Amino acid sequence: MDFLRPATWDEALAAKAGRPDAVPLSGGTDIMVEINFDHRRPDALLDLNRIADLREHTREGDGSGAPYIRVGAAVPYSTIVEHLHGPLPALALASHTVASPQIRNRGGVGGNLGTASPAGDAHPALLAADAVVEAESAERGVRLVPIDDFYTGVKRNCLAPDELIRAVRVPVADGPQQFSKVGTRNAMVIAVCAFSVALHPRSGRVRTGIGSAAPTPVRARAAEDFLAGVLAEERAWQRRGALPPSAVREFADLVSGAASPIDDVRGTGDYRRHALRVMARRTLAWVWDEYRDGHGDGYEDGEGAGACA
Amino acid sequence: MTATRCPEPTPTHAAASSAGIGASTLRPDGILKVTGEFAYSSDLWHEDMLWGHTLRSPHAHAEIRGIDVTEAVRMPGVHAVLTHDDLPAATHYGLEFADQPVLAKDRVRFHGEPVAFVAADHPETARRAAAKIKVAYAPLPPVTDEASATGPDAVLIHPGRHDHRSDAVPHPNIVHHQPVIRGDDGAWAAAKARADVVVAADYEVGMQDQAFLGPESGLAVPAEDGGIDLYIATQWLHVDRQQLAPVLGLPEEKVRLTLSGVGGAFGAREDMSMQAPACLLAMHTGRPVKMVYNRYESFFGHVHRHPAKLHYEHGATKDGEILYVEYRIVLDGGAYASSSASVVGNAASLGAGPYDIPHVRGEALALYTNNPPCGAMRGFGAVQACFAYEAQLDKLAAKLGMDRVELRRRNAVGEGSLMPTGQEIDQPAPVAELLRRVKALPLPPERDGGWGRAAAGEDVDVRSLPGGLSNTSHGEGIRRGVGYAVGIKNVGYSEGFDDYSTAKVRLEAVAGEPVVLVHTAMAEVGQGGVTVHAQIARTELGVDRVTIHPADTQVGSAGSTSACRQTYMTGGAVKHTCELVREELLRRGRERLAHRHPAWLAGVELVLESGKVCTHDGEPIADLVEVLGEEPIEIEAEFHHRPTEPFHPRTGQGAGHVQYSFCAHRAVVEVDTDLGLVKVVELAAAQDVGKALNPLSVVGQIHGGSTQGLGLALMEEIQVSADGALIRNPSFTDYLIPTILDTPPMPVDILELADGNAPYGLRGVGEAPTLSSTPAVMSAIRDATGLALDRVPLRPEHIAGHVSG
Repeated sequence: MDFLRPATWDEALAAKAGRPDAVPLSGGTDIMVEINFDHRRPDALLDLNRIADLREHTREGDGSGAPYIRVGAAVPYSTIVEHLHGPLPALALASHTVASPQIRNRGGVGGNLGTASPAGDAHPALLAADAVVEAESAERGVRLVPIDDFYTGVKRNCLAPDELIRAVRVPVADGPQQFSKVGTRNAMVIAVCAFSVALHPRSGRVRTGIGSAAPTPVRARAAEDFLAGVLAEERAWQRRGALPPSAVREFADLVSGAASPIDDVRGTGDYRRHALRVMARRTLAWVWDEYRDGHGDGYEDGEGAGACA
Repeated sequence: MTATRCPEPTPTHAAASSAGIGASTLRPDGILKVTGEFAYSSDLWHEDMLWGHTLRSPHAHAEIRGIDVTEAVRMPGVHAVLTHDDLPAATHYGLEFADQPVLAKDRVRFHGEPVAFVAADHPETARRAAAKIKVAYAPLPPVTDEASATGPDAVLIHPGRHDHRSDAVPHPNIVHHQPVIRGDDGAWAAAKARADVVVAADYEVGMQDQAFLGPESGLAVPAEDGGIDLYIATQWLHVDRQQLAPVLGLPEEKVRLTLSGVGGAFGAREDMSMQAPACLLAMHTGRPVKMVYNRYESFFGHVHRHPAKLHYEHGATKDGEILYVEYRIVLDGGAYASSSASVVGNAASLGAGPYDIPHVRGEALALYTNNPPCGAMRGFGAVQACFAYEAQLDKLAAKLGMDRVELRRRNAVGEGSLMPTGQEIDQPAPVAELLRRVKALPLPPERDGGWGRAAAGEDVDVRSLPGGLSNTSHGEGIRRGVGYAVGIKNVGYSEGFDDYSTAKVRLEAVAGEPVVLVHTAMAEVGQGGVTVHAQIARTELGVDRVTIHPADTQVGSAGSTSACRQTYMTGGAVKHTCELVREELLRRGRERLAHRHPAWLAGVELVLESGKVCTHDGEPIADLVEVLGEEPIEIEAEFHHRPTEPFHPRTGQGAGHVQYSFCAHRAVVEVDTDLGLVKVVELAAAQDVGKALNPLSVVGQIHGGSTQGLGLALMEEIQVSADGALIRNPSFTDYLIPTILDTPPMPVDILELADGNAPYGLRGVGEAPTLSSTPAVMSAIRDATGLALDRVPLRPEHIAGHVSG
């Protein structure tokens, strides 16, 4: 096995172009397990640990009115929990559920995206937040991939063989966000299923993400559209009133219906559908209560939503 | 040649001479373990060593039509490939029945059964060579349960079986069957007729794994005398040797075992794992061979707790007097016997629980199937029964409209009670008192105003809620419940087995100071023998400086570190041998120093304290070193517990157990009734330990046992596919054990009511808490949800969607 250790990002891109079979290695929390168990024998490993930029996070896009956090692919989950819970609440909550403190110090979002397991904890939050993946190749430069287009199949993504994930751009939250995950242990547990919801009052949209309940991470689009419609119709963004219980129920049913879970060693498909319904109901209540209580005042105001309506 | 890194003698210098029995002296290996410095058996290393690997069956049941090792042998770096035909001597081994092939010959009987051994100069080479061995399997339908094991067309797992149980069993696919009958038929019918209230139900216990953290590992070194030295993590060095020597074709004295650093055991190291392959490969190649299982292989490399299906029926008067109990316990022993027969004996004899019930019709049996082999695990047959009978007691109390604890106390055994086997409990049995104590403890406070306020938006620490960091609830759906359970466990080996122990104690003067060396073959697997033995020696010989010799087979057998027996048995052996050393010392004193002080010949008791010989009222009459003189005293002696009897094959009658041990738990849980997630808020225990030789270790045992029981209640299960008998979750990703966030505060109340038969009156500690913890947690969840919950481990889907508002 060849072990490639580029010192800079450009060297990494060149190495990947020359050896498209090289498997990128950063925290190693996934790939090293696979190699140790001999489940995978890559001909080459591309170690990205020398590239310090990948562990940086910066706030960008303020001038454009759509600020985002550019989270380097190797920013560890523990950093996201500690430093980015303000602008990226759902991703920070999700990061806090990843494995153990040791793993959170090593693993990052780039690895979750590269592996593209439906059980990756970051995916539902990235979907709900409307993230954009920064993929790059030596030949074609940077390609911005909306998260909706990123996952293409079970443990597959849209990266070309010569591309590496450099960062993920996650919009600064303009409204409350939540993340919730079911596991049969109270810590350090792989998801039976997971759900994230983000209110986007500026655009009047609602976005969601579902993990571990379909071949890929998915959004519950019908639930999003339904809820956005109810909020617009009721002028709820402006009135900040209580949500009709029937709407909450319908939203939860639509979330559950968006999943296509299987029975496996971690749980049954029926339980996953049920749990998604419960998580959708609860997380929607949490984000909406936060919005109503004005805890969302730190975010952009919801006036744009009126314009959308 | 670089020497093997082998265990060093453990000095246990006490900070004070008061560190005898009853003191909470600290473990000599504690800091090393916490800081990662402790050398486990997986850290063994020898210059020039090879690495062994096992090729295992991917099928639970198949014929082997042929094995082609050609490609594996040809791989560079490969030094040996062994199949069944290469075995030099005995081909089968086993703890109680020699029914397990060292390597499968023409048939594999469980998923993961060894088919070939490989030695290579790198572990990865060995693994890849094993993958190149071509085994032609013809899969057979697996036997998976009682119906397929004992039905009319059942395939025999061991055709032509011949062992000490085979004549007595109702079917060749039953390893052992043990009925227990108390009361004659007429009285039985009358008791059933008298019952005002009857509760009957079926229960199920999933397959728990011991999940020790240090996987199977060891190092075999061929010796110049044609023998072998094996450095190994095990529970019983001498029984390993007894099984190994015939397989290697060596006399026992040429098979020398030394205990290496053990990373937990819990029963999983009672059967052999890599002992035979490492030794066979070492003898075949003439090179040292190391083997280390990884976590995946470990799940296939040791026996598990028997999964069980149980049926119970209790009848009681309306006043809550239990008149009769009927039970049938079916344990799945898997493909090989291991210790199934003894597990059956425990399940049958302890199946009625710590209750004085005049009429009993019980039976337990273990099946041969193609499921993973099951054997010893902490609690050993008593765990499965305790879950079921305690669930029954809850249901009976509910039906009677009685308090759950009151019903238990009213029917509890006490000193002088008869067990269903007819054995009298001739020792303290404070079952009612233990229950009273856990019930009397203050309950952990509920949150001010309950969880409603948290749900209404107040800040909440999700770590204190079901789901924990997964952030599933801020108080929604949460209900609190409180549950109780109590259990009974035997201590030591039973049914007529003489599981003696041996200790060699040497007292000598070094640089003018008295020093004691304690040498036993006791496997220190974490239970704290290394601490307790030194405490005993200090107490008996009045010497501060005590060193524990590494455990090996150069001294007599210590028996197994199992069945809560080591403090009793090897502690007893150390005590007994120290007493013999003291007698010899005092004999020398009388001989040499009688003229100095009248007390020597006065016939009064002399004691050893702080390096001096003292009269009973504390007057020093001589220095120990002076009495000892130049010549050390070294004595090796055995200690035997009182004899027990086998259970009668048809009635189960017999004084089968050495000692009984009792623990009671109160569990407080919070349940997310919508999602089926559970947070154990507190798990309080009260246990009678006879005498706490090391109170800190005792509390540690109770905490550990309670946590392992909590794991069985809520998460720990090896899932085996129903059709293929294949293990589905051989990893810590999907075999879940409790994390610290799942482990609640565990107040422990220790009683010390001496058992007159035992050394210092002590009672074995480690297993009883594992019994009652599981049903206490389940009882609390029943209290919170109103559901019957007749299966462990609980899964979220057993609660979610089933709880009425």
